[in-house]
Amino acid sequence: MQPHPRLALHGITKRYPAVLANDHVDLRVGAGEIHALLGENGAGKSTLMKIVYGVTQPDAGRIEWEGRPVTIRSPAEARQLGIGMVFQHFSLFETLTVAENISLALDSREPPAQLASRIREVSESYGLPIDPLRLVHSMSVGERQRVEIVRCLLQSPQLLIMDEPTSVLTPQAVRMLFDTLRRLASQNVSILYISHKLDEVRELCDTATVLRGGRVSGTATPRAESNESLARMMVGGDLRECHLTPREAGETRLELRGLTLASTDPFGTSLHSIDLNVRAGEIVGIAGVSGNGQSELLAAISGERRVGNAASVSICGSASGTLDAAQRRRLGLSFVPEERLGRGAVPEMSLADNALLTAHSAGLVRNGLVRSDAAREFARSTITAFDVKAGSELSPANSLSGGNLQKFIVGREVRLKPKVMVVSQPTWGVDVGAALRIRQALIDLRDSGAAVLVISEELDELYAICDRLAVLFRGKLSSVHPTSQMPVEKLGSWMAGEFAQ
Amino acid sequence: MNIDTLILIFASTVAAATPLILAALGVLVNERAGVLNLGVEGMMLVGAVTAFGVGVTSGSLFLGYVAAMSAGAAMALLFGLLTLTLQTNQVATGLALALFGVGLSAFVGQPFVGLPIERVPAVPIPLLADIPVLGPALFRYDLLVYLSIALYAAVSWFLYRSAAGLRLRAIGEAPGVAHSLGYPVVRIRYLAVMFGGATSGLAGAYLSTALTPMWVEGMSAGRGWIVLALVVFATWRPLRVLLGAYLFGGVTVLQLHAQGLGVDVPSEFLSMLPYLATIVVLVLICRNPKTILLNQPASLGRSFHPDG
Repeated sequence: MQPHPRLALHGITKRYPAVLANDHVDLRVGAGEIHALLGENGAGKSTLMKIVYGVTQPDAGRIEWEGRPVTIRSPAEARQLGIGMVFQHFSLFETLTVAENISLALDSREPPAQLASRIREVSESYGLPIDPLRLVHSMSVGERQRVEIVRCLLQSPQLLIMDEPTSVLTPQAVRMLFDTLRRLASQNVSILYISHKLDEVRELCDTATVLRGGRVSGTATPRAESNESLARMMVGGDLRECHLTPREAGETRLELRGLTLASTDPFGTSLHSIDLNVRAGEIVGIAGVSGNGQSELLAAISGERRVGNAASVSICGSASGTLDAAQRRRLGLSFVPEERLGRGAVPEMSLADNALLTAHSAGLVRNGLVRSDAAREFARSTITAFDVKAGSELSPANSLSGGNLQKFIVGREVRLKPKVMVVSQPTWGVDVGAALRIRQALIDLRDSGAAVLVISEELDELYAICDRLAVLFRGKLSSVHPTSQMPVEKLGSWMAGEFAQ
Repeated sequence: MNIDTLILIFASTVAAATPLILAALGVLVNERAGVLNLGVEGMMLVGAVTAFGVGVTSGSLFLGYVAAMSAGAAMALLFGLLTLTLQTNQVATGLALALFGVGLSAFVGQPFVGLPIERVPAVPIPLLADIPVLGPALFRYDLLVYLSIALYAAVSWFLYRSAAGLRLRAIGEAPGVAHSLGYPVVRIRYLAVMFGGATSGLAGAYLSTALTPMWVEGMSAGRGWIVLALVVFATWRPLRVLLGAYLFGGVTVLQLHAQGLGVDVPSEFLSMLPYLATIVVLVLICRNPKTILLNQPASLGRSFHPDG
């Protein structure tokens, strides 16, 4: 036991106008220790890490580094102390090369050629090979994470902060990451590992601090705990599980036949000859790391992008490839895009007005005039039915937290009783309780006989709610198999592209 | 048409292009940092009247140029205070700056209307200027022409070879990320905006002391707006800015000659040509969406809050 922990936080408090993000948080990380920071979204993990990394300043509390009190005024000062951070939303510049990105983060003025060879050397010695001259925008999410990690390693950090690093990785890539982290820990580097994935934390971490509502709700040795006991500390109660009862699927509601679509985004992914059918009363899941054509697929199904060949998309038996989104909705299609603000909802508009946008056909408009009372009533009942935490139906959409807004959007679509429902990343950035509510809503919709298609990166989620699974990789879709015949190893290797056409 | 006429046309093309190059390179740097300042027209006019006024009163054109650059930078500083510190909308503030500059220059310039000023002298480069044909075509210009070429080289080197230029591009691409890496986003944006102001002021000075050595209200005649279009259609790349500016200059001079020769086309149409031709050609060469995406500063025109 060392006399001083590498990093010690005492009574850190940070208040934002609406919330108390951190309330007297204490935390100790020893040398060479892998320390988990557990908590739901909004528990204050990110704020705490921003304070440690000098991005924001605490209102009260002390930080000690190797036993010395320090004030970390900026990320540059944090780096000088030896703190490196890999952000959840990568802090890379897409139009620059790997070497340029890394040189921006290093404070030394190293000649480009020398830096490039150092990048090659370090990245290979840690089993994270990257080409320093590649442009970041052409890299997959896993590769980008490597760049971030290598960038930190080049500064020989004493403490590495990893913010939800595995949320975007395939299971195999997660294995590789864990190997790298263990190797670093054995070289006396401390690691602060932020996550809400209990299995990973139990496998990787030596100690854990659990945050709930901005306060420390407990510290633990993850290996000695069970998922349930950790979850109880995180959520402050017991978690219900979703339940999927097997049932016979009905007729085909959504069919894609040889769907091919060139992406309009130069950095996007084109779709190649996709075949898929989703039947009434089943949930089909599409796994895959984002950026493999998910947004293009959603746009092609929803009608945001029309495809030349009408027959390549059929909804409830009618060829609809050339129909626009409104026409497809009239056929019984509903969809929830992954971006909540700006695509699923208009940020500045009230919930009632947002309800009107897709639910106008549910009696909210008469003779071309809006029935405001009916719209408010519709929004109000959606708020009640889906436990949305909102001021009222007149609160603007952007005043809600991500999870609550998502519950509202999913609720709005579900209440339209769609024949076909397509949902992209239903629980991205949503806390555990809200995620459960959303998944249950999708299961209820399936049980009522709708065909549901879920596009998601969260494998746990897909396994929990899907009858059948497929994988999307570089715009190509694998064959579809019942969930019970898709073990996670197979799914993982398919996510890396290893499936036969 | 004999060789002397051709040399004359070429030399006037270079002269007509020079103010565009000066202003556009500054604007390019300032937009690469993610700031959209639409007030170029205003800054050019203020630069023009300042250079003329100081030049006439003090008798030193050099002083006039320094004053013009300071005036342009001061206007840009005002723009920076409003948009970078007080977070006003960049588009609206830029438009206001353009209108303000037009009015201010007209007001300040009243005593100078109709006064003569000596044209900035040409500085032939020794030896090279005596080469037949090439000499008069390439090596007998005033200092600002040479400066515009040097500025092109300097800006290209700065953006693509220097560490500071890399930082500037990074800030224009993702100011939030640059901030989290510890770069002073707002301070660097101030410097970039003031650089754009200074070169715009100098471009204005070229109009009133070299291209047409006199002061006339509104003498920039929309060149500030062409500069803004030039930078966009050149996809924020210095070489294309340079070529676009010479194209504009060339068509300007040719249509003047055509008018002089009495070509049977309405002169209004001929006066439109330089603007039309520049935009058409640049639009045609920049149609590759990938080029645009890789070069367009992603944060252009958006406010940045360090704490938000």
